Amino acid sequence: MALSQADVLAGIKEIVEEVAGIPAASIELNKSFTDDLEVDSLSMVEVVVACEERFGVKIPDEKVTELATVGDAVNFIVNAAA
Amino acid sequence: MSQRRVVVTGLGVTTPIGGDVATTWKALLAGQSGVRLLTEDWRELLPVHFAARVAVEPADQMERVEMRRLDRSEQFALIASREAWKDAGSPDDIDKERLGVVIASGIGGVITLLDQFDILKEKGARSVSPHTVPMLMPNGPAANVGLELQAKAGVHTPVSACASGAEAIGYAYEMIKSNRADIIVAGGVEAAIHQLPMAAFAQMKALSTRNENPAAASRPYDIDRDGFVLGEGGGVLILEEYECAKARGAKIYCEIAGQGLTSDGYHIAAPDPDGGGVQRAIKFALANSGLSTKDVVHLNAHATSTPAGDVAEANALRKALGADADHVAVSATKSMTGHLLGGAGAIESVFIVKALQERLAPPTINIENLDPAVTVDVVRGTPRALPAGDIAALNDSFGFGGHNVVLAFKSL
Repeated sequence: MALSQADVLAGIKEIVEEVAGIPAASIELNKSFTDDLEVDSLSMVEVVVACEERFGVKIPDEKVTELATVGDAVNFIVNAAA
Repeated sequence: MSQRRVVVTGLGVTTPIGGDVATTWKALLAGQSGVRLLTEDWRELLPVHFAARVAVEPADQMERVEMRRLDRSEQFALIASREAWKDAGSPDDIDKERLGVVIASGIGGVITLLDQFDILKEKGARSVSPHTVPMLMPNGPAANVGLELQAKAGVHTPVSACASGAEAIGYAYEMIKSNRADIIVAGGVEAAIHQLPMAAFAQMKALSTRNENPAAASRPYDIDRDGFVLGEGGGVLILEEYECAKARGAKIYCEIAGQGLTSDGYHIAAPDPDGGGVQRAIKFALANSGLSTKDVVHLNAHATSTPAGDVAEANALRKALGADADHVAVSATKSMTGHLLGGAGAIESVFIVKALQERLAPPTINIENLDPAVTVDVVRGTPRALPAGDIAALNDSFGFGGHNVVLAFKSL
């Protein structure tokens, strides 16, 4: 099922707010999970698993380290779901 | 170097009768029970339908995002520590290499462990929370408090079942005495109200099954007592080296004068009916403190409301204190709070500090017919005034495994 970039971004915002308490309004495509949003390594695992469940995609562990920004994650998920 | 002394400069609790020290102490003096019927459906699976849950849920005391990364026991530790730290005047300027944390738990993050096992079975390994290990480890409560305060003198977690909280305070006392630290955040917590630990304690015949009247179930020293009531929560004391406390103008409650530690070498769960280990622990605590039995006016007893334990303890107290037991007001506050396991020795130490401050021994409730085998002077029904002048009080705590810990407090 194709997902739009906007849908995925909205979903990630909800997940990051739920897991890390970051207000959705401050979550943008160019924000780094670790440097800007202060999502630590354990919480990042939660974000990844929640994304997998929500969007029905697999995010392999070796890919997670490549998802530095919210935009990286959005693009990965959109492509994986395509 | 002169002998270092250890004083108490801050207190914090969250208990089944109050979300802080002031509320808890007021309820304690009023003789209020914190024991209630459980609301969960699973209570029907058990022979025991009640427990002593905290009076104020952590959700009302901390942020949601912080809570979800913490086991309930860790939430209790942070709540009590924050109150105690503030009560001590928030000494944030202290050299962090001289600040330590010793917070115990009897069982650790058992609710997290069991909940995550349910998730593993239902949803698979990938759904298990990555926070599980830091949440279930027994040192988690101490570690989280240490992180928050950036303590660098050492963060420790002694484990000795229901003596853990008292042992933590004793360990903290030793850290200051031996010059490893100047301030320690010390205490104990427990969060084990879950069907598995309750079923397990029930199988040991350790829990009261007075389902028809939960508030009357915890009745230490009463002839019809039938077991303890599981409680949850925790207590924290700020222990500080005396000169350090004076130099910063801290409010000083009292002194921790010494401790006595022994073990029974008798049975994994049953108390030694001879009480030899308890007697030795009391004698060691007094000798360690430079106190005599004449100085002791109050004792917060372990007294969990089990048929065997209460009498074994009372006999040991009588033997250790001799005729001087006649002027020791014995309070069994588990009659109101239930038994907080690893948190018990900590909240009861907080109660002793308050008793010395206000010169009031809290009551023991639910004694309708005092067991004639109990030969100590139990404070029943209403609080009792303690004498003016220099006075001392003891807290004794025992744990499955035969652990005996006695802490000695004295007025300043």
